[in-house]
Amino acid sequence: MDYIFEGIEKAFQLIFSGDPRVIDVTLRALYVSSLATVIAILFGIPIAMLLALKNFRGKLLIKGIFNTLLGIPTVALGLFLFIIYSKAGPFGFLGLLYTPTAMILGEAILVLPIIVSLATNAIEAVDPDIMNQAKTLGASESQASLVVLKEAFAGVLLAGIACFNRAIAELGVAQMVGGNIAGWTEVLTTSISLETQKGNIVLSIALAIILLAIVFGITITLNLLQWKGLAVYRRKMREKT
Amino acid sequence: MSYIAELKNLTKTFNGVKALDNVNLQIHKCEILALLGPNGSGKTTLLKVLALLQKPTRGEVYFADTKVSNQNIEQIRLKSTMVFQKTTLFNTTVYNNIAYGLKIRKYRKEEIREKVANALKLVKLEGFENRQAKNLSGGEQQRVALARALVLDTELLLLDEPTANLDPKNAAIVEEIIATANRELKTTIVIATHNMFQAKNLPHRIALMTDRKITQVGAPAEVFGKLSKTLASFAILENSFNGTARATENGTTIVDAGQGVQIQTTVQTSGKVSVFISPEDIILSKERFVSSARNVFKGRIVEISDFGSIVKLKIEAGKIFTVQITKRSFIDMGLNLNMEVFLAFKASSVQTI
Repeated sequence: MDYIFEGIEKAFQLIFSGDPRVIDVTLRALYVSSLATVIAILFGIPIAMLLALKNFRGKLLIKGIFNTLLGIPTVALGLFLFIIYSKAGPFGFLGLLYTPTAMILGEAILVLPIIVSLATNAIEAVDPDIMNQAKTLGASESQASLVVLKEAFAGVLLAGIACFNRAIAELGVAQMVGGNIAGWTEVLTTSISLETQKGNIVLSIALAIILLAIVFGITITLNLLQWKGLAVYRRKMREKT
Repeated sequence: MSYIAELKNLTKTFNGVKALDNVNLQIHKCEILALLGPNGSGKTTLLKVLALLQKPTRGEVYFADTKVSNQNIEQIRLKSTMVFQKTTLFNTTVYNNIAYGLKIRKYRKEEIREKVANALKLVKLEGFENRQAKNLSGGEQQRVALARALVLDTELLLLDEPTANLDPKNAAIVEEIIATANRELKTTIVIATHNMFQAKNLPHRIALMTDRKITQVGAPAEVFGKLSKTLASFAILENSFNGTARATENGTTIVDAGQGVQIQTTVQTSGKVSVFISPEDIILSKERFVSSARNVFKGRIVEISDFGSIVKLKIEAGKIFTVQITKRSFIDMGLNLNMEVFLAFKASSVQTI
């Protein structure tokens, strides 16, 4: 048991001493996951708007596909991407395999179903009259759609957080298409896996603590912001009455 | 040209089911036109077609002398605005709600601030700018929705049952605002209602709607005079009863509505009549109490409908009576289904046709 406590103690020393490798791996993990989330949101929100607000043939099928892809095993997706990125694959000529770009695109594909499914649900939950209400106040089709998106903001924000957390915490895609090359494609999850296999438990614990701190930190901060916003509003209301 | 909008041979179907059947209607400038008809008669669909939110299946919509088409629909839509029966406010402040249409029309910030303040004054909600719209009471929300429409000063204002879910106090305020907007801002207003008394007092003209058609258009006196019996028979009015009236010695009239229900009214009449009692004029109590009300009935609650700040109850007392009370009263009295209650209303609250 002692080695666990010793590991945790040393891990904190590593974190607070500003160990260059720990910083490098952490920043890369944040960079890859953030960009992947942004790309997924840029593509996912318009798809979600279309699925939630328009009626067309095949809509249910597309929704079903995205819902199914929510549970895709990351190793399977990693393998699929490895094949298409590899030299013999259809996108081999791009030379993306074992680059941060390959990881960003891979993570974006992985989290796209999350943003599409959750944002579609959030947008569908908005009162259907909101769209007509905006239109009758003079909004064009696109302006009215934007109003609906604003009404669904809390749900869409939650979908964005879920995307980021999934991207930063997954191993399969990052390992398969990134290759865990030190100083180049190494991120938190791949390093934890590698260092644990090498027996370097202390570094693994340090990186795991950082990973957990990021995931919990972001979720808790956003919850607190929402809660604080509510508290400020309640105080204002009390002052008025 | 004396009309602002016109519907020609208009039919609207939803999945093959007709919601409007060959409707022809002209809306005159500066008038208040009431669409009077029971639920499901097509009033809301007609308003939505006029608001250019729903395209007709057949027929044409004209705004002034311009035929509405796919090319000009967004432009023409700016000339009218609609307030829905179910209040639909954006999840933001009262100010942002009312300012929305003005921002779309690219008004300057100072102008928007001034117009919003004026609109709030008109609906008697001064100083409400920074309140969260969705935290207001039902009546206040409906007044914000009205302010949001009025602030745009559109040529045509479409109101779908604007007082249907309001308590009497808020309903009176809303009716006053509608009359003021028409009188002072010269706004043309089309109001859908199934409230016969609202239709009698507020509008210049009434369009009667039954079975998805317009069956009669005319001034209130004309419509109510000629078609009183038809009105009484079609209107699914709350607390409308047909019966035989006979005068009493003390100058009042007793109407025998059947099933042991005898209603006393101050209106002097005889023979076959229809009587109406507004749901908000009926007092509800759990025990019989002494009062000046001439009409007291014992009944049982058979239906409870929650409308936010108000609750409507259906009471079986020989006939089915609808009673409207505030949510607070409902909670304070601890009312439940099948509970025995007493209804009371004054003879002067009973109106006859």
